[in-house]
Amino acid sequence: MTAYDVVQAARQDKAYTTRELINGVVTDFQELHGDRQFGDDSAIIGGIGWLDELAVTVIATDKGHDLTTRMATHFGSPEPWGYRKAQRLMQQAAKFNRPIVTLINTPGAYPGKEAEAHGQGAAIADLLLLASQLPVPILSILIGEGGSGGALALAFGDQVWMTDQSMYAVLSPEGFASILWKDSKQAANAAEGMQLTPECFLAAGVADKIIPDTGAKFAADLRQQIKPTLLALRQLDSAALVAQRAARFRKF
Amino acid sequence: MRYEATLSTAARQRESALPDDLWVQCPYCKQNSYKQTLGDLKVCPHCHYGFRLTAHERQALLTDDFTEWDAEVETHDPLHFPGYTDKIAALQLATEQKESVLTGVAAIGGSKTALAIMDAHFLMGSLGSATGEKITRLFERATQYQLPVVLFAASGGARMQEGIHSLMQMAKVSQAVAQHSAAGLLYVVVLTDPTMGGVTASFAMQGDITLAEPHSLIGFAGKRVIEQTINQKLPNGFQRTESVMQSGFIDQIVPRSDLPSRLASLLRLHMGGQS
Repeated sequence: MTAYDVVQAARQDKAYTTRELINGVVTDFQELHGDRQFGDDSAIIGGIGWLDELAVTVIATDKGHDLTTRMATHFGSPEPWGYRKAQRLMQQAAKFNRPIVTLINTPGAYPGKEAEAHGQGAAIADLLLLASQLPVPILSILIGEGGSGGALALAFGDQVWMTDQSMYAVLSPEGFASILWKDSKQAANAAEGMQLTPECFLAAGVADKIIPDTGAKFAADLRQQIKPTLLALRQLDSAALVAQRAARFRKF
Repeated sequence: MRYEATLSTAARQRESALPDDLWVQCPYCKQNSYKQTLGDLKVCPHCHYGFRLTAHERQALLTDDFTEWDAEVETHDPLHFPGYTDKIAALQLATEQKESVLTGVAAIGGSKTALAIMDAHFLMGSLGSATGEKITRLFERATQYQLPVVLFAASGGARMQEGIHSLMQMAKVSQAVAQHSAAGLLYVVVLTDPTMGGVTASFAMQGDITLAEPHSLIGFAGKRVIEQTINQKLPNGFQRTESVMQSGFIDQIVPRSDLPSRLASLLRLHMGGQS
């Protein structure tokens, strides 16, 4: 499989919708909407649910699954008010001492006129500041595309996992090729040079674990793996947790 | 008859002896100016746009005293990207700097502060791993020595040639900023032309106080990308200092000539509780 095959696999429709995945990982999922400042962005789904006896906050990007939802989510590209919803839910998770699971599949933050006017950069910057100091565990899982700062905003985790059908990149290979070589058709070459496959990231320490995306069975598999990790992270006191997270990103 | 053809040989020689760069065009208002009228500050006399300065030029204009930190930190080319080390070596030679940011401790109007100045002349001020390392160390040291931080942002965003390692700098610097902030210390950002992409989406938008030079390009996504995405032409003032301030993300627009005194005032106002 070439690097560009990986990119294309990461972009493919999944065997499950984001809501199906969330409802397969947690039970009694209660979705929470809105950023309390401007609006509600459907490209970010957030809420709380049970992982057996453990209440967790789940924050996921959503690409939509039909024309209407794909348009509404801009194919999974969050607006600033989506990131501010995530910020609100992370603060709430800290207040109630709930661990956080983020599920990431986004081409990146939405490049729009309103998005700029509402501080797309500032929204991501705030989320990074917050996540760096959050006193509860964060487990970030890339399940498809991990596009640039828009993905990183939700991937400031104590652990970062990737499925075998996911990618993570500073920019799309098309954008990368067009910036460096003024030719977006060289995307396959760019993908090779960018070293954006899960294996590369595991070797570089960007990802801690690769999990197979088992399609219809994936939610159940994920649930089994998430729980012991969150329980182990909860054993750390909050200062140690924050210090360990800082060290994880300090090494780059 | 064309102008050149009317000239005598002597006149032609005199003209070709003239340097080509006596006149400059302002990239913002497009007016031409005789270069000398820009002065040391390199400001357009028509619209007050500040032309891009090198980090050393800005440091000389701004500080009474400056000691550089981490001058030797340079990239290790984490992706072994073809041609990258050669490009860096050529830039290091041309700019007499190892990376796209100059960091150190400075005195501005008599107040001591940690200072970072990004330089758009070095790969468009992009955020490489060494850039991120120098800025992270600056915040760590400022936290240790209880110093404020003043940072001049100038960047096109991520460093393509370093791929994901560039992206990770956004997280790395953010946690150093957060720790500096948790220690109750002041962080002033000055947004200059251009401040874009991953730099905007991290430390450029994490200051306690955010200043900006007039007409600077400030944003997250590139204008062309947005125009292609929404299939709409964007106005001239889009992503410029004045409209970003209207949106609520900038405290003050400060002309270049006023920056030293304005920064000195802000630094002094935050020293009250510490004496």
